Amino acid sequence: MEHNAAQMAENHGGGTKEVIRVTIILSVITLIELALGYAIIGMPPSTLVTAVKGSILILMMAKAFYIVAYFMHLKHELKNMIMTIVVPLALFIWFITAFLWDGNSYKNLRNTYDRHHAEQNSIKVEKKEHSSGEKHAQPSSDHKGH
Amino acid sequence: MATTATAMSTDTKWWNGGKSPFNVEYGKLMMWYFLMSDAFTFGAFLIAYGTVRFSTNGWPDPNEVFQSFPGLGSGYPLLFVSLMTFILIISSVTMVLAVQAGHHMDKKGVVKYLIWTIIGGAAFLGCQAWEWAHLHHEGAWWGSNPFPNMDGSKATTNFTNFFFTITGFHGFHVFSGVIINIIMLIMTLNNVFEKRGHYLMIEKAGLYWHFVDLVWVFVFTMFYLV
Repeated sequence: MEHNAAQMAENHGGGTKEVIRVTIILSVITLIELALGYAIIGMPPSTLVTAVKGSILILMMAKAFYIVAYFMHLKHELKNMIMTIVVPLALFIWFITAFLWDGNSYKNLRNTYDRHHAEQNSIKVEKKEHSSGEKHAQPSSDHKGH
Repeated sequence: MATTATAMSTDTKWWNGGKSPFNVEYGKLMMWYFLMSDAFTFGAFLIAYGTVRFSTNGWPDPNEVFQSFPGLGSGYPLLFVSLMTFILIISSVTMVLAVQAGHHMDKKGVVKYLIWTIIGGAAFLGCQAWEWAHLHHEGAWWGSNPFPNMDGSKATTNFTNFFFTITGFHGFHVFSGVIINIIMLIMTLNNVFEKRGHYLMIEKAGLYWHFVDLVWVFVFTMFYLV
């Protein structure tokens, strides 16, 4: 990228080649995500499933990066301008951590101190058939929440 | 790239007046800041969804809920949403190509790729309308959730409430994006940008359209995959 500022205003970023490259990357990442999604269908919650879901989230962030950096050309803007957008978004780190932590804590407290709630949650209901027959119905009757 | 950017900010006195410090057109910068605020709106929705999901003992299995494909019936988890995802990615690509054609003052190219982008957006909206109609037919709506939790216990209506609110809000963004792109197409056909001497307006519409695709990356992952 040997552009100077004047050129950058006119023509930033790579040409059609870059578009094709990013399209292929995005498609491949999506296919991997879907493959991972298929792989965990019907599996009861476990460490492995959590790990796969974590990998899907990492791939999601990679896709977001490619869309913002190349399709939206943010990578080719001036650094100061990039920072005015990226730095405020760092709030999300706190935002996500604090709220999910709180949600999880609420669940644990309620299960510990509100026996009625915990019992209600372990009652099984008759499975309603929605327009379909049996598909990958997983007998996970021995699993009662966490 | 990082090295050239830092070299530039020390050599060139960006803040001494006489030039645009961010080297970006005003409208484009404001579009970026609007999108940042919109990111916080969607972020708030998705984090609310995550928080409620974390605070609940059971949750419906997305592969049980979303498993139908028009014309094929049910039993195809992830298939329909894969189609929707690829439609949106491809329409994002055609939008990039429209912006690039604009850089080269290629009116024909802009028109061609804008039309493809509009078709992609309309196709996505059609898919979403079908999915909503299908779920509604199964008894799912705001305040009504026919799907049991993964562990077989009775689910609350949180699942459907969040699903319809968030995909609805995203669908509304797709809809406005399609309207914006149609306006851009009409302006291009009327030679508005040709007379103005640049196609920077297409770039701003493009930023909005890519943002819609970006949000779908998150919505798609949160509701259908994890």
